[in-house]
Amino acid sequence: MVEKRLNPEEIVKYFKDEFKIKIKDSRIEKRKAGAKKQEFISIWMKIDKGVFKKAVKHLCELTFPHLAVVSGNDMGKNIELIYHFSLYYGTRNEEVSLNISVDLPKSNPTIETLCDIIPGALVTEREKQEMLGVKIKGIPDSRRLFLPDDFPKGMYPWRKDETGPQKMVRNLHEVKK
Amino acid sequence: MAEATTKTTYQIPIGPIHPALKEPVMFEFEISGERIVDVDVSLGHIHRTVEWTGMQRNPIQILYLAERICGICSYCHPIAFARAVEHACDIEVPERAWYLRVIQGELERICSHMLWAGVAAHEIGFDTVLYLTWQMREKALDLTEYLTGNRVTKAITMIGGVRRDITKDMLPKIHETLNYFKDNFEKLRHIFLDDKTIKMRSQGCGILTYDDALKLCAVGPTTRASGVKKDSRVDQAYFAYPDLDIDYMTPDKLTGEVNGDVYDRIIVRLLEVKQSIDLIEQCIDKMPSGEIVSEPKIPKLLATFKKTSGEGIGKHEAPRGEVFHYVKFNGESEKPYTWKVRAPTYNNILPWIPMLKDEQIADIPIVAASTDPCMSCTNRVAIIHNKKRTILDKEELHRFSVEKTRRLMK
Repeated sequence: MVEKRLNPEEIVKYFKDEFKIKIKDSRIEKRKAGAKKQEFISIWMKIDKGVFKKAVKHLCELTFPHLAVVSGNDMGKNIELIYHFSLYYGTRNEEVSLNISVDLPKSNPTIETLCDIIPGALVTEREKQEMLGVKIKGIPDSRRLFLPDDFPKGMYPWRKDETGPQKMVRNLHEVKK
Repeated sequence: MAEATTKTTYQIPIGPIHPALKEPVMFEFEISGERIVDVDVSLGHIHRTVEWTGMQRNPIQILYLAERICGICSYCHPIAFARAVEHACDIEVPERAWYLRVIQGELERICSHMLWAGVAAHEIGFDTVLYLTWQMREKALDLTEYLTGNRVTKAITMIGGVRRDITKDMLPKIHETLNYFKDNFEKLRHIFLDDKTIKMRSQGCGILTYDDALKLCAVGPTTRASGVKKDSRVDQAYFAYPDLDIDYMTPDKLTGEVNGDVYDRIIVRLLEVKQSIDLIEQCIDKMPSGEIVSEPKIPKLLATFKKTSGEGIGKHEAPRGEVFHYVKFNGESEKPYTWKVRAPTYNNILPWIPMLKDEQIADIPIVAASTDPCMSCTNRVAIIHNKKRTILDKEELHRFSVEKTRRLMK
């Protein structure tokens, strides 16, 4: 199967044509390496939560991506999840890193699972549930991954608000007066 | 069986401390007779909150923390982190440092694959090979110590370059070690690939199909042994890799076919040892002269981090596959706002399930070890049979595996 290779601008256009204003923000970054100044490209896109799953399906129609990991930031009112995909691996120096971010409001931090499209997403989705307190709708296995069973409920280690782990930290080096 | 049971399968938990693994992980096997019906993996026994700890430190301090994430990939984590920071802060790396970074990375790959080859041989009861491979690995460690001053935690990475140069007077020692590897490589290849017993234990065992490898997002030799061409060094242009002669190492390069079994994973790692020797030689030939770090003054670097508001990703092909770091700075502090570490084994957890299904209990150590998991060691296995609990310790499980080899040899 010969798949059509899109250049970075075309990849962004491919999504913008389909989802219009639901693609809120996009930027393309290039870093060069080697004597021939080969480029390594990373694309960053912010996508509306409502079309997220459709966007990933749309991406799979283009080429089957490798999901490296999902990372997340606590941005105050929102939780930002960033899905790091790699496209076009398998050909020398052609890989493109596509980072799709989604904002989830803390009042209702839910997002649909990707496990039905990319089964390999399970580990990282389970981790996001316990570390950031997001809810993955339709996840096939919602147990904790890294945290022990006796870790308090409602505490999320990567949160920077009152549900964060600050209270649990004991500074053993501090001297009590 | 004396008493009648309605349940035909029973469960074996393996781990959290297990001999086939270098770090704790917990397998729960559903067993029918000798056959594995289902597998469940649970993690987190040594979660040390490294990411959270890192977010309270500045990137220079994190370099040394990242180095301690893994004892074997003690170069890969800091270098992937450095790449992420360089991406976020737009820091250039001098050309000579590209080559030095490749040399360190490939040397680590040789050490790691040699260590793995010994462990794999040990799992099937071939301890003489363990001694042979670890003797060879010792030479690689000696070279690492010669180049960086340390055998394991090398402290060679700096953001914007590396900390130590390779000078002309160091070259003879490097060539001597590489030649030693080349001379002994054929012996190793012969033992692993032509030996009848190793073939019997590894061929057709622990199969991961191409589709599963792709869909489960497997990385490194595990995915390449299934024929998926995925190797960060070739996929993307970073360090000096685009200028070097390098290709995806898949088992069909040697045998002309891809089976995705344990044997194929042995082939891939052996080919990669050879490839790494070749890459180091190419680097030494092509390395230009010049600076090894773009900004030697640490306070200046810290000021750059403080001013930065942005995010970056860093990848490196570690011996076990792609290691991925994500860093975000918010422009208020030199400490990263977010730091996410994704080690290769994280992605190679799910592929264990199709690999182990339908295999025998005696194959657990070699199949589990074949992905070269970077977690920790099997101490005991408890078998719950008719509500009676019998504990198999490391020696016993190992004995099962050795006995299977002996049976096959008859």
